[in-house]
Amino acid sequence: MTATARAFGMVGLRWLAGCRAFGSPALGLLDPPAASSSGRRALASSAAGGEGGDQGSEFYQFRDRKIPFVPELTIHKPSDEIAIPCFRVLDDAGNSVHGDSGEYEVEEPLARKMYETMVRLQTLDTLFYEAQRQGRFSFYMTCFGEEATVIGSAAGLEHADHVFAQYREHGLLLWRGQTLQEFADQCYGNHRDYNKGRQMPIHYGRKDMNVQTISSPLCTQLPQAAGAAYANKLAGYEGITVTYFGEGAASEGDFHAAMNFASTLSCPVLFFCRNNGWAISTPSDEQYTGDGIAGRGQAYGMPAIRVDGMDALAMYHATKAARQYIVENQSPVILEAMSYRTSHHSTSDDSSRYREISEMKAWKARDPVSRFQVWLEGKGWWTESEESELRAEARKEVMKVLDLAERERKRPLRDMVTDVYDEVPQHLERQYEEIKAFALKNKALFPNDTPIE
Amino acid sequence: MLRGSGVSLGLRGLVERTVSSALSCGQAATSSRPLSTATTEAEVGEQQRTRKINFFTAINDALNVSLEEDEKTLVFGEDVSFGGVFRCTSGLLEKHGGERVFNTPLCEQGILGFAVGAAAMGYKPVVEIQFADYIFPAFDQIVNEAAKYRYRSGGQFSCGGLTVRTPCGAVGHGGHYHSQSPEAFFMHSPGLKVVMPSRPRDAKGLLLSSIRDDNPVIFFEPKIMYRTSVEEVPYGDFTVPLGEAAVVREGSDITLVGWGSQVGVLRQAAEECEQEGISCEVIDLRTILPWDVEAITKSVTKTGRLLVSHEAPLTAGVGAEIVSTVSKECFLSLESPPTRVCGADTPFPLVWEPFYLPRQAKVVAEIKESLNF
Repeated sequence: MTATARAFGMVGLRWLAGCRAFGSPALGLLDPPAASSSGRRALASSAAGGEGGDQGSEFYQFRDRKIPFVPELTIHKPSDEIAIPCFRVLDDAGNSVHGDSGEYEVEEPLARKMYETMVRLQTLDTLFYEAQRQGRFSFYMTCFGEEATVIGSAAGLEHADHVFAQYREHGLLLWRGQTLQEFADQCYGNHRDYNKGRQMPIHYGRKDMNVQTISSPLCTQLPQAAGAAYANKLAGYEGITVTYFGEGAASEGDFHAAMNFASTLSCPVLFFCRNNGWAISTPSDEQYTGDGIAGRGQAYGMPAIRVDGMDALAMYHATKAARQYIVENQSPVILEAMSYRTSHHSTSDDSSRYREISEMKAWKARDPVSRFQVWLEGKGWWTESEESELRAEARKEVMKVLDLAERERKRPLRDMVTDVYDEVPQHLERQYEEIKAFALKNKALFPNDTPIE
Repeated sequence: MLRGSGVSLGLRGLVERTVSSALSCGQAATSSRPLSTATTEAEVGEQQRTRKINFFTAINDALNVSLEEDEKTLVFGEDVSFGGVFRCTSGLLEKHGGERVFNTPLCEQGILGFAVGAAAMGYKPVVEIQFADYIFPAFDQIVNEAAKYRYRSGGQFSCGGLTVRTPCGAVGHGGHYHSQSPEAFFMHSPGLKVVMPSRPRDAKGLLLSSIRDDNPVIFFEPKIMYRTSVEEVPYGDFTVPLGEAAVVREGSDITLVGWGSQVGVLRQAAEECEQEGISCEVIDLRTILPWDVEAITKSVTKTGRLLVSHEAPLTAGVGAEIVSTVSKECFLSLESPPTRVCGADTPFPLVWEPFYLPRQAKVVAEIKESLNF
């Protein structure tokens, strides 16, 4: 790959061509050798003998592993083959690869709910994106191209499952019942925002929905999810923990920390990678080599699944299977959803500067929402009129919530100093009094939608 | 929660008065002199049977009390299972089991991230970072995550149960990476509490308060004191409140402020000065964030002079904050410019450690400078 090819985004095109060949119809977790994923090692046995080599024996007994001795000297190269195939249910045209067998499908009510949520998510993203471009709030991120990844996985999880997300998974909140108004309130940072207006748009969090508040630093949520899973396992909690992240974030040190802690401490956590091909302008093959993110499971002794992230049915079943494995084994799984970020990284990004329009168009043709729509219509569960009705209704509602959110005041000045600690300490109390006194004397300098007292 | 353990409740009333012994590092007990008001109340109310133990045993004792009283307490970090490289966690695994006391892989950012997540689920992870010099891979998890966890969620979530224990300070041969005192980095991070005890009794009392406090706490343990500092420490449940400094020696000519092992140096300097007729008041800050402004300003208003001393480098150290605040609050009471005796602005220099450190003689010289201003 030449630098020129990279600069022109040919990476993505080549990758797309490669994707045409995928289509593993059977869902299987690739299990690493059993020894490494067996529960926590009994501490009492940590001094078990048998260490050290013995040229006369057949195996090098190293801790709990038997490593075969060989007389040949070999450099073990990584395989050029894709070790982990990509599970899918729907082909690019939206037909089930299982034909009429009904395998890996879902019942009509769930299918309709998944589709409707994807459409509402698209509408939300489209209009919030436009609102930001009009300067109505400061920032926005869409999840175009990844609707099936997010909604399919959200549907495959339980409400009790704790979520440590990155930032492009707001569809999961929509699935769990966050209202469009609540999305708008957060983006405007008005007084109804659960974060009290303290964070940039899209940094949602809902205690009642078991979704931890988003933080901007990438990948910090991964070791946290492992720790949360460990705690919940000790507490005998029913739910698992799931953490979402991108393939770019997986280059952070926290990824390694989390994978290693989760497997050595046997944490019931799902590592959910959205591999959308791009980390802002950096294509995924400048991000890693080898067999992707799922391919790392083997090194950590962690079972792995690779899925077509643009196939909602595959996403649903893969997530459900991963969840079941985690519940039964009380140990982690890594899942890699292969997808494409059809949108720009954020409202502060113009991706046409680093990737070709033709590439984006090619991927749009695989649009996960329309693929699912084709399947739904094929089943006789969706009609053209329902489609236009849903889109019109969603559009109307989103316009309304934006208007309502915009008019609301901000939280009072006092909330600038609350929640730093459990109680406002004396030094902060003094600073608050100074800030307040100055603001009261100089009201013209400050926004009038923020109550000072 | 069991705030008072069976031991402390059962023995209250029939115990002898706590009398601390002199310490080899100079952290002599101060039972003959009153401590600050709040401390006196808290500690007199907890009169209990005591035993003579060293600093690491006091830490171990606090961890044991917490593991006993609250099943949500977890103790983990590198080499914690076998007792820790400084023996602070010895015997805890045997008593409380490998699910609550365990080794982690060698990865500081992992330890902190894991702890933040467990704390977010309502647990009380008390984690060990083997040396304060190695806390920096975890800096992001501490400063960007733990410190902001409650604030950024509008109070929906918190990791207030988190306590980070880490050995710090000079030992005579530690060089760059076994000597540092990085408290100032964490003092600059709203949302954290920062604590550094100077004696076994406070080590136990402050650690239990830190674990019970509903905010993330960075708890520095001056490692030179682990074995050398010995005194009477109450059995069972015993706490020392966070945010309160202690007047460990009363005086009238100058206020000396320090924390951790530097308190011993200041006490010795005060004793030396006393022989020359200079009366020093010594204050052990104990909690660095939020620090006890009132105790310091009250003292400086009385003495008219201030000297702050720490092992960490001078520039933008904790002393800078204290001197700045006191300069403003006590301006009209000051007889001389508030001053600092600190480490130099170099990486911790192995062979020049005797030149680098704010030793007793340097402190004494600076006290005299201040009095002769």
